[in-house]
Amino acid sequence: MNAGNAERQSRNLMTLIRRDRHLLLMFLPVFLYFLLFCYIPMVGIVVAFKDFIPGRGVFGGEWVGFRWFLQFFRSRYFTRIVRNTFLLALYPLVFGFPIPILFAICLNEVRSSKFRRLAQTVTYLPHFISTVVVAGMIVNFLSPTDGIVNLLIKVLGGKAVNFMMEPRWFRGIYTVSGIWQSFGFSSIIYIAAILGIDPALYDACRIDGAGKLQELRHVTLPGMSTTIVVVLILSLGGIMSVGFEKVYLLYNPALYETADVISTYVYRQGIELQNFGYASAVGLFNSLINFAVVFAANTASRRITEMSLW
Amino acid sequence: MVGANAWRRIRARSRGDRLFYFLVYALVVIAVVVTLLPFLHVLSVSLSSVDAINRLTISVFPRELSLEGYRMVIRYPEVWRSYYNTLWYTVVGTFCNIAATCLAAYPLSRRRFFLRRPLNFFITFTMYFSGGLIPLYIIITRLGLYNTRWVMVLPVLVSTFNIMICRSAFEGISPEIFESCSIDGANDFTTLLKVAMPLITPTLAVLTLYYAVGHWNDFFHALLFLGRQDLQPLQIFLRRVLIMASPEVLQRLGGNMAAEALAVSSIQIRYVSIVVSIVPIIAFYPFIQKYFVKGIMLGAVKG
Repeated sequence: MNAGNAERQSRNLMTLIRRDRHLLLMFLPVFLYFLLFCYIPMVGIVVAFKDFIPGRGVFGGEWVGFRWFLQFFRSRYFTRIVRNTFLLALYPLVFGFPIPILFAICLNEVRSSKFRRLAQTVTYLPHFISTVVVAGMIVNFLSPTDGIVNLLIKVLGGKAVNFMMEPRWFRGIYTVSGIWQSFGFSSIIYIAAILGIDPALYDACRIDGAGKLQELRHVTLPGMSTTIVVVLILSLGGIMSVGFEKVYLLYNPALYETADVISTYVYRQGIELQNFGYASAVGLFNSLINFAVVFAANTASRRITEMSLW
Repeated sequence: MVGANAWRRIRARSRGDRLFYFLVYALVVIAVVVTLLPFLHVLSVSLSSVDAINRLTISVFPRELSLEGYRMVIRYPEVWRSYYNTLWYTVVGTFCNIAATCLAAYPLSRRRFFLRRPLNFFITFTMYFSGGLIPLYIIITRLGLYNTRWVMVLPVLVSTFNIMICRSAFEGISPEIFESCSIDGANDFTTLLKVAMPLITPTLAVLTLYYAVGHWNDFFHALLFLGRQDLQPLQIFLRRVLIMASPEVLQRLGGNMAAEALAVSSIQIRYVSIVVSIVPIIAFYPFIQKYFVKGIMLGAVKG
């Protein structure tokens, strides 16, 4: 590289910048957004290795190395919240995964388009209802004094159960309500997959005298298989990232044993108790695991189906 | 497609097929009923008379129709204030979302743009790694956004996934259109506003819905960054009424009508609040529902 070459390159760059100046200007607001709210917080991770003192900023305070991480790994909460985080993602995946597929197949066979539209409109709805309302309905339906579920139990001769105070119910409640919230909306992608199947395949099937079940097994399911695999793999990528809101809204100290997850623990330690260093370390631990799992899932998806997120 | 359907109708006659269709319809009906029951129960309690609720009867339809619960709730000023706040966040927030999403997606869809690849990576990376809650909390506090209205807008200015959906839509516009624009001497801003955005209206409709619902339902940012009660949105209010069921809130909901307030079943007020908070969503979303499959597939295929 000589000086002239470098100069020519910088002149080329200037030309490009001048040519695309409008596009650059357009992108600027969003560039600043990502810088401020995504990339600077990434730099802010150094807090996890420091003894954070509020007045002194992110870069003030003493370096403490891996002290917070070690403290977390040794604490009695470590296994509990990692286990809860994992299980609260695993249960909805295991029990909830097949339901939208089944639902999409059924919807596709409904012959009245009016009824199909109605069923779609209704079942997508819970996806758009806020977590606060969903959690509020759960808590109130399950209330031991005036909740509908316990009224039914009593009418049928049982004894009222205080669902929201007993840890053993939490995972079930979380999973079932999660399926209720999402099965309709999650079926959209499978419906699109079924619509993409070549109608000639169905015709051929019928000419061969196949019944509906055989048609399902030999045409519909194979036609959806790529989508199913991609969705499965990508859901596996989310196995360590349980949403904060729903757990936070549903749980209470009596349920921590089965309900406390990494994100709620970070919230309590960081925002409520102001242990910024420790909470950042726990959060970083979670981010790193998430990144690794998503990366692995995506690589698997690309290998198996040639479809991937990036 | 119509032909194929008609043919299918004629064909469905074997006994196995009839059983198959019976199961299909049964499952869809069950799905619809299971989805609707919780809403119907809430609506029915919200419309029943206090007496009927106190007798602890169970029904899907309201007993002894009464609007007393609604009358109570709308008399409470905090309902109106939080409703107004939520409207503000939704309208201003969604407007900024759509503007920023288009401004980002358009350059990323132009093949000639020399920073296209690095900037694509720049936004995609944030989907997979984040600094986490605490550093975000620190930066937002230091920017002076804590307890301001803008904290409900700026930290959620765009979503990477929605930029990708929008970018795919722009990429789907035929190149000749852009050529004729540049021949006519239109610059990129004019092209975006006058030509490209009108051409992707269906996608923008879906994105508007996603963003608007996101703002309407946003609880997380308000919980973290809005300590001032007069700025808090509906969702924070709902949480107090529904989940914390704080006696203080329920008492004040009864307002000055002490005797009346005692008579009001608190569960009714909770359910009225639910209905009041989701009515706008139920009213708004069926209009956009028809674009869903399209909107989602754009993101899934080309993302």
